[in-house]
Amino acid sequence: MGSVTATVAPSRAPNVILWFRTFKAITGSGFRRYATYRQASVAGLVTNVVFGFLRCYVLLAAAGAAGTVAGYDRGQLATFVWVSQGLLAVVLLWGWTELADRIRSGEVAADLLRPVHPVTAYLAADLGRAGHAVLVRMLPPVLVGPLFFEVHVPSRWATGPLFAVSVLAAVVLCFGCRFLVNATAYWLHDVRGAMILWTVCSGVLAGLYFPLRFLPEWLQAVLWLGTPFPSLLQTPLDVLVERDPTGVQVALVGLQLAWTVVILAACRWVQRRAERHLVVQGG
Amino acid sequence: MTDVIVAEGLRKEFTVRVRAGRLRREKRRVAAVDGVDLRVARGEMLGYIGPNGAGKSTTLKMLTGVLMPSAGEVRVCGLRPVAERTRLALRIGVVFGQRSQLWWDLPLRDSFALLRHVYRVPADAHAARLRRCRSLLDLDAFLDVPVRQLSLGQRMRGELTAALLHGPEVLFLDEPTIGLDVVSRQAVRGFLAELGRAGDTTLVLTTHDLADIERLCARLVVVDHGRVVHDGSIAELHRRYGSRRLLVADLETAPARPPALPGAPLERVEADGHRLVYALESAGVADVVAALAGLGALRDVSIVEPDIEDVVARLYRREDQGCSITSTAKVPGASAS
Repeated sequence: MGSVTATVAPSRAPNVILWFRTFKAITGSGFRRYATYRQASVAGLVTNVVFGFLRCYVLLAAAGAAGTVAGYDRGQLATFVWVSQGLLAVVLLWGWTELADRIRSGEVAADLLRPVHPVTAYLAADLGRAGHAVLVRMLPPVLVGPLFFEVHVPSRWATGPLFAVSVLAAVVLCFGCRFLVNATAYWLHDVRGAMILWTVCSGVLAGLYFPLRFLPEWLQAVLWLGTPFPSLLQTPLDVLVERDPTGVQVALVGLQLAWTVVILAACRWVQRRAERHLVVQGG
Repeated sequence: MTDVIVAEGLRKEFTVRVRAGRLRREKRRVAAVDGVDLRVARGEMLGYIGPNGAGKSTTLKMLTGVLMPSAGEVRVCGLRPVAERTRLALRIGVVFGQRSQLWWDLPLRDSFALLRHVYRVPADAHAARLRRCRSLLDLDAFLDVPVRQLSLGQRMRGELTAALLHGPEVLFLDEPTIGLDVVSRQAVRGFLAELGRAGDTTLVLTTHDLADIERLCARLVVVDHGRVVHDGSIAELHRRYGSRRLLVADLETAPARPPALPGAPLERVEADGHRLVYALESAGVADVVAALAGLGALRDVSIVEPDIEDVVARLYRREDQGCSITSTAKVPGASAS
């Protein structure tokens, strides 16, 4: 039995490397967990593509004969729609209640017994999920769109890297927002109300239902600076379709990164508050 | 010997909202744990028992850093469980019988591989421990099955392995045999007994199955209404609550009056006087049997060892009469208040 119970010999690798290994392993597990549900992936994908057609026709109709609306031409609108249909599943705007369910059932106790901070552990797993979504949920609509519509292909060299950073930031930021919405379960027990509020707000204010550039400029400024929502979808899409000059693209991504830092800090703060007052009942 | 667990005046209060009228809710403070003192030495195997709602699980959650104590001092492995929770997590293993720590969607094999990175265990040490657990707990047949498809017994064996792969100094088990069939129960008990024999893991076990305790734990702590009501060996518990061995004699013919025997008071008469039950106090078995044989033909004689369940049931009832605090109703779930 000695080999089972022998006290752990501390590893000699530096802490940062060990931390990254842990993070990578949890990310990998997040990827595998989602890869398990293939039929669910296909069902989601079909829905995304069908709605892609609907949204694309509506926006092109809005552009009308003039061919431009709110600063987008027809190609930019098509790219906006088809990439957003994929990005929606990557940032996972809706449908994540894992933390709330675990708080409700008390399973969250098991998360607290791990040697990794809960926000870090959930974030790592969510990045794995997002990686899976890029391959399975984002690529197909992005490939289907150009078969039926004329799309805008980015022409500036900086757009690619900026888009990649912007998508990563959007994933982390959206995770943070979902974590906060779920964490209300620590106090409310039932998150349905908070979840509905989040679903409505995020759909409208992230630019999914219509590009936020349709709104008056003062309102755009309020939304971008005052809420994290435009940074979830609208920013990466605007960066990709090159609606604005490079300087504005960089500024939008910078704003997104700032929101990401703020929201992640809020997650850690909320988690600390919740743990101090946590009640795990029964058994 | 050093104490790996030290708790002094440990206390946890919960707020319970009770309906008091059509709309009015009354807030009530209920102490789930009410001043528990506990010291556990390295390598000790401790049984922690008590009736439902006695505060066993709450104590365990405070010792593992999941819950913040309302008052009192706790140190586990020299660390403060809540403040230093992630550091403590590397040194303890926990199994909650009613909750899973494994990843629902992943096969056991993947969960174990992931735990190696989460707990930062060197590959060779991890492999050696996993090999040991696989043979002792018979894991091979279901290593590649997703956790959600495992039976309860299989899952529990997986949970035990998961809790041990990082070589914890203290293992906390909260009802690890709950709901298990006889075979799985024996497998788990056998495994824990072997762990105890090795002597370097401290084990704290809560259970309602007293056979677990009898098999595994030299020391027994009984809690009720959040307080420790007994701390000692099982033999001490029997002595303290006057449990005695019984001698049961079946006679061919019922005597008109059961004889009074010195040092062995008559407990009860059954089967129309054909069965006499004596408590063995100071009298020896031979004396009692000889005295009874004088009455006529003895059909059968048996000795009944004291039953721990009886003693504990008596203990719970006694505490119940002495106390008027009502225990809280349990609803599974977590919340912050």
